[in-house]
Parts: sequence; C-alpha cells; structure tokens
Amino acid sequence: MMQISCPHCGPRAQNEFVYERTIDSVVALDAAPEEAMKTLFTRNNPRGVDEEIWRHTYGCRAWMVITRHRVTNEISAVRAVGPEALP
Amino acid sequence: MINFTFDGKAYEAQEGDTLAAALLRNGIGLVGRSFKYHRPRGIMTAGVEEPNALVTVGEGGRAEPNTRATDVFVYEGLVAKSQNRWPSLSFDMGAVLGLAAPIFSAGFYYKTFFGSAKRWMFYEYFIRKAAGLGDAPTETDPDRFSQRAAFCDVLVVGAGPAGLSAALEAAEAGKRVILVEQDSILGASLIRDPQEQDEAWIDATAEKICAAGGRILTRTTASGYWEHDLVTLTQRIAEPGQVPPNGVAQRLWHVRAGEVILATGSIERPMAFANNDAPGVMLSQAVRTYARRFGVVPGKRIAIATNNDDAYKTAEALRDAGAEIVVILDARPTSAGADSGFHVHNGVPLSVTGAKHGLKSVSALVNGETKSWNVDLLAVSGGFTPVVHLHMQAGGTLDWNEEAQAFVPAISRQKVKTIGGAANPEPIFTVAPVSNPKKSFVDFQNDVTLADVDLAWAEGYRSVEHLKRYTTLGMATDQGKLSNMAALGRLSEKQGVAVPEAGLTTFRPPYTPVTMGLLAGAGARDAGAPTRRLALFDIHQAESPIWQPLGYWFRPRAYPKGRETLAQAALREAQAVRTTVGMTDVSTLAKFEVSGPDAAAFLEIICATTVNKLAVGRGRYTFMLREDGFVFDDGTVWRLAEHRYLLTSSTGGADRMATHLSYVRNYLCPHLRVSVVNVQEHYAGIAVAGPKASAVLQAMIGEYPPRHMSTVPAAIGVTPVIVLAASYSGERAFELYVEASHAATVWAACEAEVMARNGSLYGLEAMEFLRIEKGHLVVGGEIDGRLTPHDLALDKMLNKAGGYIGASGLSRSALSEPGRKQLVGLEALEGTIPEGSMLIRLEGEAPQGHVTAAAFRIIEGGSIALGQLVDGFARHGEELIATSPTRNQRARVRVVHPHFYDEAGERYRD
Amino acid sequence: MSRYSALSLLRGAFNGQKHWQPAWRDPEPKAHYDIIVIGGGGHGLATAYYLAKVHGLKNIAVLEKGWIGGGNTGRNTTIVRSNYRQAELHNLFEFGLKMWEHLSDELNYNVMFSPRGSLTLGHSDADMTMLAQRGDAMRCDGIDAELMTQDQVAKFEPLLDMSRSARFPIEGALIQRRGGTARHDAVAWGYARAADSLGVDIIQKCEVTGFVRDGDAVVGVETTRGRIGAGRIGICVAGNSGHVAGLAGLKLPIESQTLQAMVTEGVKPMLRSVIQTQSLHCYISQSDKGGIVFGGDPDNWPSYAQRGNPIIMEQAVAQGLALVPALSRLRMVRTWSGVTDMSFDGSPIIGETPLPNLYLNGGWCYGGFKATPASGWTYAHTLATGKPHALNAPFSLDRFERGATIDENGSGPMPNSR
Repeated sequence: MMQISCPHCGPRAQNEFVYERTIDSVVALDAAPEEAMKTLFTRNNPRGVDEEIWRHTYGCRAWMVITRHRVTNEISAVRAVGPEALP
Repeated sequence: MINFTFDGKAYEAQEGDTLAAALLRNGIGLVGRSFKYHRPRGIMTAGVEEPNALVTVGEGGRAEPNTRATDVFVYEGLVAKSQNRWPSLSFDMGAVLGLAAPIFSAGFYYKTFFGSAKRWMFYEYFIRKAAGLGDAPTETDPDRFSQRAAFCDVLVVGAGPAGLSAALEAAEAGKRVILVEQDSILGASLIRDPQEQDEAWIDATAEKICAAGGRILTRTTASGYWEHDLVTLTQRIAEPGQVPPNGVAQRLWHVRAGEVILATGSIERPMAFANNDAPGVMLSQAVRTYARRFGVVPGKRIAIATNNDDAYKTAEALRDAGAEIVVILDARPTSAGADSGFHVHNGVPLSVTGAKHGLKSVSALVNGETKSWNVDLLAVSGGFTPVVHLHMQAGGTLDWNEEAQAFVPAISRQKVKTIGGAANPEPIFTVAPVSNPKKSFVDFQNDVTLADVDLAWAEGYRSVEHLKRYTTLGMATDQGKLSNMAALGRLSEKQGVAVPEAGLTTFRPPYTPVTMGLLAGAGARDAGAPTRRLALFDIHQAESPIWQPLGYWFRPRAYPKGRETLAQAALREAQAVRTTVGMTDVSTLAKFEVSGPDAAAFLEIICATTVNKLAVGRGRYTFMLREDGFVFDDGTVWRLAEHRYLLTSSTGGADRMATHLSYVRNYLCPHLRVSVVNVQEHYAGIAVAGPKASAVLQAMIGEYPPRHMSTVPAAIGVTPVIVLAASYSGERAFELYVEASHAATVWAACEAEVMARNGSLYGLEAMEFLRIEKGHLVVGGEIDGRLTPHDLALDKMLNKAGGYIGASGLSRSALSEPGRKQLVGLEALEGTIPEGSMLIRLEGEAPQGHVTAAAFRIIEGGSIALGQLVDGFARHGEELIATSPTRNQRARVRVVHPHFYDEAGERYRD
Repeated sequence: MSRYSALSLLRGAFNGQKHWQPAWRDPEPKAHYDIIVIGGGGHGLATAYYLAKVHGLKNIAVLEKGWIGGGNTGRNTTIVRSNYRQAELHNLFEFGLKMWEHLSDELNYNVMFSPRGSLTLGHSDADMTMLAQRGDAMRCDGIDAELMTQDQVAKFEPLLDMSRSARFPIEGALIQRRGGTARHDAVAWGYARAADSLGVDIIQKCEVTGFVRDGDAVVGVETTRGRIGAGRIGICVAGNSGHVAGLAGLKLPIESQTLQAMVTEGVKPMLRSVIQTQSLHCYISQSDKGGIVFGGDPDNWPSYAQRGNPIIMEQAVAQGLALVPALSRLRMVRTWSGVTDMSFDGSPIIGETPLPNLYLNGGWCYGGFKATPASGWTYAHTLATGKPHALNAPFSLDRFERGATIDENGSGPMPNSR
C-alpha cells in the first residue's frame, strides 16, 4: 500500500485514494469522434513513469495528477487539479 | 510447573518453555511425520524455521494446525496433537509410502495417472487425503483479531544485541521508535550466548528505550514489507490455542515507518547427509539454546558436525551441562578445533542410524576412511543464512559474501538498512555433500532430497524457479528457510557456476505464516462490507418488511400482511397503487444539486438529453452515456430555480455517478461556474403514487399539487419539502424530498393520508411490477451498459446539438449495424415468463436475446416481460420461446411494444 | 520424446530414475523462423504446439525472456471454467474446457485437470436471477450449468456459512460441474515438452528488444540473443502486451495491473470445489497439496510491480472467512502477484494488428489460464492462416474502435470503470 501526498491533506495511505485514469486517456470534450475513441481505447501503459489522475475520495475528495513509476511505485510529483488549481 | 498434553498424554513443562523445549524435557523425540513419505521427524531447530515439529495446538474453533512446536510457549492446559499420521505417531501406516520412495521421485505425478479427467479425480481423491498436514477446525473461531495502524520514525526489527543498541540510539536521539521481537523475551542471540552482554544489559537497555518513549513489542513478527515503508506486524496476544485474556487472540499492525532497521540475524543451515532428517539430528545453535535457555540437554552422548567456529560454543555449552561430546566433525581442512580440548576430526557426516526415538550412531568420512560413533544426538552447523526477507520484500538487491557462502543485503530500494548478523554472517567452509543423495534431505517437510534436485536438473528444470516448482522445494510451511541455500548450492554445482549466478527465488511475504483470521480482522464477520441504513429504517422495521439488499443498502421489498407470500404482498401493494394510492421509500436514489450560472451547460455535458430549455419549476426524464456511447444510467433533472437544478439517477449507480460528475466538473470543466453537491443522503425521499395521490398531496401541502413533471417547494407542517411530480409507476405520482432528519414526521403525515384513502405501503417488488407494466427502464436490467440510446428506443430524446459525453462513442460503425439487441416487450401466450430466461426461436437454437424483467399485469393478470432481442424493433408480433433450462421453466411469448399500460400517459393527468 | 507412464516410473525405481531425458532442448536460436511466438507462457507454448501439431509447421520458435511458465501461467489461481454469460466468451472458453478434459493424454503430461466443480454463490434473489440468466445462456449453447438450492449448496460444501444472519447470506449457487482446477506449471511444461518433441525451438533467456521492419511489415525481432527473422510473429505476453507492442509502435486498449493471490499452509481436504461469488470479490479452492488458494480484486491502478498490497489481501481474506469461517486458524504462507493485461471490455484480444505479419494475443485480464488450450489453438490457426478462426474472430483488436466490444460485466471502457 503506497503513501500518497495529497496536495491539500499531506501524506495519506493509498487506500484513501481512487485511481481514475492516466492523463493520456482523458477525452477532451471537444475532441473529434475518431480522436476521442483513439484516446479512450489506447494507452501508453509504459513500464516506467506515467502521469495518472487520482482522487482523494475518502479524504478531501480533491483530484490530483500523480507522476509515478509503474515498477518501483516511486511518486516523483503530485499536483492539484480542478477549479481551485486554476491560475 | 505447567501442565500440558501431547497426543492425549499429560506432561509438565516449566515456565517459559516452548512446546519443543517441554517435549524434549520430557524425553519426547518423535513429534511429527513428513509430508510425502511420512518419515518420523523430531525437533530440529529452536525457532520459526522449524520444518519438522509441526503439531495442532488447541481445540475446537481455536485449534491451530501446523503450529511449530518451537514457536509456541506452553501455557496451562495446552493441548497438542501430532499430525499426518494414522493410526498413531509411532506407528503410521502412511510410512509405507516411504518404501515406494524410489517411484515417488520429484515430479512423478506429472508422468502418470493418465486417462480421463474423471480418472485423475479418482487418484486425486487419495492424493489429497494423503497430502495436507493438520486438519482445519470445523467450528467457528470464538476469538477476535484486531487491527491497528501506527507511525514511527524508526522501526527496528529484531531485539538481539544489534537491534537493542540501534533502538536505544534512535530513542535517545528523540525519535519515535518501535522495536519488535518475534520471541517472548528480548535478547535473541544473547539468550544462548550471554557472555558478552548479559540479561541485566538487556533489561537495562529495554528500560532506557521505553523511558525515551520507545515502544517494544514482543511476540511480534514483522511479516511483510510493502510499498513506501509500510511494514505489517503480527502480534500474538495469546499463544496458539490459548483462550485470550480479552477475547483478542492476535493484533495486526500496519506501521508506516520513516526508517526501518533490520537486525534480523541469521538462520543456521543443516548439512546434507544420509538420514539427516532423523529425530536426534538438530541444529547446533538450537541445541545450545535448549541447553542454556531452557536447561534441557536433548542427548547424553553427542556428536557435533560443523564447518565453522560457532559450533564449538555449543560443545562448550553441552559440556558445561554435563553431556559427553563424543566427537566434533569439523569439515574445515586445517585443524581448526585442534586446541579446543574436544575430540575433533576433520571430516563430514555420511549417515546416521537410529530408531524413531533417537539416534544410535553417526558415521563420517574422516581422512578418506569411514568411521562411526555411537551417539544419541548429532548437532550440526552448516553455516548461516542471513535473514534478508524484509530487505528483499522492500525491493532490495543482494551481494554474495564468499567467506560466509551467503547472500547479504546490498542496495536498498526503500528506507531500510540491515545491521548485525544479517549483514555480516560468520565465515564458513563449504564442502559438497558426499553422502547418498537419495537419503540426503534438503527440504525436510516436503521430503525433497538431493537426488530430487539432481533429477529435476537432468530433466531440464534448470532455472531455480523450475527447480522449486518441479520438486516443491521451499514451498512447505517453513518457506524454504532451511532448504533454499542447500538447493542453490547443488544447482550451482550442476551448472558449474558460482552460487549467485545460479539465481535466487523471490522472497515473498509473509516472513512467517500469518493466521487468516488476523488478516480478516472484524471483516470475517461482515466480509468488510458496511451496511447502509435508510433514515426511515426504524419505521420500516416496525412493519416487518422483507428486506432487499441493494449495493450496501437494504430496502423494503414488500410489507406482507398475515401469511402473505412475497408475490401476494407485492401484487396487493401494486394493486393499491393502480386503484387508490401507495407510498414507498425512495431515499436511496442518487441526488445531486447542481447550481451556478453554468449549471445548465454542465448538465448538457452530463445528460444526453437537452436540459437548457427546461423552464423553472419543470423537470424531465434524462439518461447518461459513458464515453463509449452506451447508456449507463438514467433519472430525472429538475430546474428548481434560475441557476439551480436537481439531478436524480439510479440507486445502484449512485457512487459511480458521483465520481463521474466530480471528474467531469473538476477535471474536464474546471472553468465552469457550477457547484455539484451530492445530496443523496441529505434528503430522504418518499414517493406517493396512484389515482388518489393528488388528494394525498393536497391534504399534506395545503395546495393543489404540481402537474406532471413539475416541481414546487412546499412545507408539511413546518418541514420544508421539495415536491416533484414524477412517475415511475405509470400513475399520477409525486416524490417528496425532505431533510433526512425530518423524514419521520413527513412519512407519518403521508402515511396517515394514504391510509385514510385505503392506500398501502409498497416495496421494491411492487415497484418492479408497476414499472415493467408501464415499460419504464431500470439500471442493471434493461440498462445493462451494453446498449445504445437507439437500442433502448431513447434516441429520439438525444440532444441534437450534441456536446454531451458519449456522443463521439455513438458514431462508431458497429453501433448502427443490424444484429444489435433492442428493447422489446413480451407477453406470454402460454406459461409464465421466467425472469432472466433466454429468448429462442426453436429448441436447440442459440439465444437471440433474453428477458430482462418479468411481471404480471397488475389488474388483469397475465405474464408480461421486458427483454432485449436481436433486431427486436422489427419483430413485434413474432412468437418466441422464453426458456430457462436451469430452472426447467419455459413460456411461449409474443414480441410486443414494451408499454403494457396507459401508453398515452393519460393517467398522469388529474 | 520418451513417453511418461506408470511403467516408466517403475523402471526408474530400479535404475535410480536415471533414464529421464530433458523435457525440452535448450537450442541456440536460428537466423530465421517461419513463425516466432514471443512469450513462453502457457498460451505461447500451446500456440507453438498447435502450430506444429495441427498445422504441420516445422520451423517455429518460442522466445522467452526468462524461464518458461514464469509469468502469469505460474502465478494464477489455476481455475478452469467456461461459465460466462456472453456467448462469444462461453463459446471460446467451452472450446477450451473440452480440450482440458483430454489434455493430459494429448500432451502425455499430467496437467492434473480436476473437474471438481466451479461453484458461484448467490447472495440475494437478484444474484440468483443473474446466475440463472448466465446458466440459461450457457445451457442454450450446450454448456453444463445447474442452479443449486441453499440445501444443495450446504450439502455440497458443508463448511460454507449458511446462516441466514450472514452479511451476505447464501441463497443458492450456479455450478458448472465440469469446471475445476489444473496444475498451472504442468500446463506450461507439458506444452513445452510436447512442442519441443515436434521440433519447436523453445529459447529461454531471450528477450525481445525490438522489431525489424520492412516498411509497415514486421519481418523479424531484435533480441538479447541477436536478430531473428520471421515470416509471422505472434505476441503472446499477457501482462506485458503494452510494453512489447510498444516496441512496434502500437498502443493497445490495455492497462497493466497487479493481481495478487495467496495460499495457506496445507491441511487435510476441507473444500471440494472452486468457490466464487456473485456479490463478493474472492475465489477460494484447495490445492492437491492441501493449501487453500485465495484470490481477490486486482489493485485498481496500473502497475508492473509484481508486488502485492496488504489491503487488497486483507479484503479478500475477510470475504473468504465470511463465507468459510473454518479458515480462520489456517495460516497464509505465501502471497504473490502477477501483472495482468486489463483490456477495456474485460475480454481478450486474439488476432491481427495494423502491422502486416504481426499478431497479438493478450488482454486476458485475470482469466487467461483457463483459456490456455483454446487460446493456443485459435491463435495457432490465426498465425498459420493469417485469418482468425470463427471462435476468435469476435476478439479482434479493432472491435474497440468499431464499437463491437464484448463486455461481460457491462462496465465499460476502463478496466476499473465506474
């Protein structure tokens, strides 16, 4: 069980968080149909570092993007997303 | 004195004895039988690595099979039984299997027992009976297991000299320290070798650690090292089979540590020679432990075989205890022990002889000659294997220490370091085994010999993982603690490479076996599943309804009166709705309040129907698509005010919808000026339906209720409610939403008005009847995540402007090809339509669809259903068979339009 | 290949078991093969075997980066069944189940297929309707399935908690009596030995590091043991499909996730069948050695870690103990993990890729072991003829973009869909 540093709450046990998807699979609302389906149905799925969207569902419920290594589980960055994180 | 029994016979133990020590104290050498050949086995070790002395401890639901006699401390009344023997331990019929050992070579079962699967199952029956060790209890466990989370700066594993010193240093530096020790007392190697630091030092150190705020846990094993320095600890509060003082037998800790220090020491290795598994062959340090810690010397005439200096300490300890050291066989070429004062030979053991109850002699190769001595105990030391399990579970790497012929920790992946004997094992001298490989055991419990390793090699099972899997080496309850290095040695010899090149198997958690009840904790009782109770639970319960599980919720399914069956009650309740009025609890429906200037824009992304044309005070049916275009939920959307909407959707999909809305709002649309609040449990909901529903509502809110698909805010007494005129049943109907804490008063007021009009409560079963007859969809039934809006005849409602989630998915080619399943109605021509049954044209043909929901016409009677049928829209009028072979039910049906009741919707109007 | 039999074992008893030959050769890779199968797991080895046996091909290699059977073949919970609701799935798995029934004889290697029954418990009337629907779908397609009442379940598995007050009371079950378990390692070894005897080169410690291209077409592989040319190449590396396909520049509808399993110390026989449930997320069976084998949910996030997670493990054990309380004092002795290919409709992919000569077999989620014979057979057909067999035609890679997904759970386009 990993430990994830929520940008709002600090380090918390991973079972408070729910994985949503990788950022390469985010289907933009205005994507053309073919592009949207390609995004939805293919993944980089690297045996290395990827960026993933997680939510602190059983905590503050905020969303974040986590940069994580898929083999070592090393988390190199966590950034907040959502309306609060807008510039 | 402590009383205990072994195989029904009473014995006495001393305070602090392990069961193994107590058995040896009572002269019992034969303790168990091996897994495969049922060979007699005694006690080999004094620790958790014990492969042989496995017993069942305790009785009833508390009985723990396969308990290592070396890892249970005797308590008053302990009951231990030997295992895997019949009829008795000393006369075991299973031992005949040993005679057939030449046939039962490694992997023999892969080469025989051919024929049909049924034939294998015949053989398997006997194999399964012969396999296994102890019996599992059949009674329910009376004890509890607790779980606990903890954090610390430094977790020290192992309370030997290195661990105690490290824990003290950290504690005195002001760090939060947890020190764990699997034994019942601290000291580890100091217990058997107290010369350097004695008991007083141990006690003083422990005191200082505690005084500095450290926590010391004994009888606690660090069993798993997981991600990000999470270590699981298993703490024995009661011994196996013992009645726990507070009902809690064990505790599981999840410790998140800033740093982990492993002072886990090493495990002594046996040696490979013929009959090295016999009772009376023990590890040297174990013998020393029994002598020094427990005052038990398990032999009178003792031989020692070693390849290192440490075993001489055992010789001294035994001599001090009054035993005779007959001979020391030192494998090292130089006269290493020449000045020890013992009778030392440069040699290695070849074989031992002896009956079940102890050794008679040991023979050895000494300067090329075979010599033999009469002894009753052989203490062996084949070197030391550092306990690197946790270091490896954490993802670390190992180095090969040539002097010690052992793997030691190299690179750590997490914040862990290894100190003491686990990092610096003693040097040894290795000689290849010279004895009969067929009788030289490597894995004692699973009866794997050197000959088995050789055979696996000859047959091409040459990677260490193949070897392990083919021979079952290292897969016994001791998890290879004694066997892995011996096997690797043999493998490297075969390959002609150094040991580290031969490979290494993975170190998998747990370090020692963990009780399943402990892992389950309180979840053993409720499967770890919460129960969600309705706000109106007590009110329903007073009516003794039949409860129906729905996700984690429980909802009333029907309220039977007298001796009514579920079906009778549901039909009566549904008839009340059709003829007078009924009321039901709809609190579990998903509800979201969506507000802000961009609320409509947001909802037009979520909903596949239009929303922005909705006038204030009006609502409409809506449905939602996944990104792939399939319908995944439906509900209603209401415009409560200019910038304020209420969205409802299905109970079963509530959590999924909450996540979906949050993802879309926060990740996809952070710029929208909208707030989305999940009010599922904020509001309780009551539905009132039937020809007299309007009258009930008028009586309650004191005004004429809103027309169909309209909403008004109202008050019942002083309690504010939201009234939605919406109908799932097909009748004129309303949903009242009220703050959950005030639901009881509204329910009571409503019930009074309903009952005054000869109405009825109704549950989910009646609701199901009503909605099927009306042709309304349900999520999980017709909406099964595999159909498009077109398949469900919802396409006319799609927002033509697009822009909703799923619009892209709908454009995919296969979704508009013929052959898709489509929503149909079904009415029985003969028989009753079984729910879930298959729709076929002729017996023996593949199904073309299935029945998603079945019911009866509520007033007229007659079996009707909804279903999914290939190209169903074009097949109205066709006759099919609805068949359920598993229930032996079938009906002849006609495909019809899926609305059996008031298709024009006239009953929605007053 | 020297044949295995009781007699040959008996002979060994007198010669010290010295007459056994290696079960497979250890050949050097050739410069070119007609067909290369990447991945020496059960599926890859079975594919090679059927290529040689059914299609008569002679020049075939299986390339394995580690040791054969070392991936998910050796890490699963060994369950064999064909009890799926969707016709495409139950027809494929049933084809395989029929092969399992004769596999030991076919391979002359005892894979210990034990049709002890695959029992799926229902915990509510709704569960029972779903189970009946699944069973009816199977029965209409000629596959065995029976509903069991509470009493029948209690008699069949007496240690199940049948109390009415249980959090998930047992209302009945669907049983597929022909389902059961098999010895996972033996499946890989049996196929390897049989394929080797038909001339297939099984090359271990040979990792594919790239593909050799001629325009779009794939004409060979780069490996840690050099370049090897091939007429057709079949990827068969479930768990690492994304990684290997990525070497050819392909992105797949697959996410790799960790699935863990565990086993207890051995005890005398206590469970008869393979127990699964409609509402919970654990599956339990007892191995021939007596250990209780447990599985649960995958970690619901992408991972190649092959390491377990205590929380998921504790959840699976809690659910198992709620069903079989007598497991409480058994001890979990080993836990392990595999990396699974989670596809985006829960169904496998067997067929062509957009690149000429390159084929894909993967996306088995957590259910690949039971498909081993059927997967090998249909993939061999596809590789030998260049066209899918009717059984695997629905499982094409392009079904996602076309909208022809085969979604057993109806849960949509994410492995952990909401």
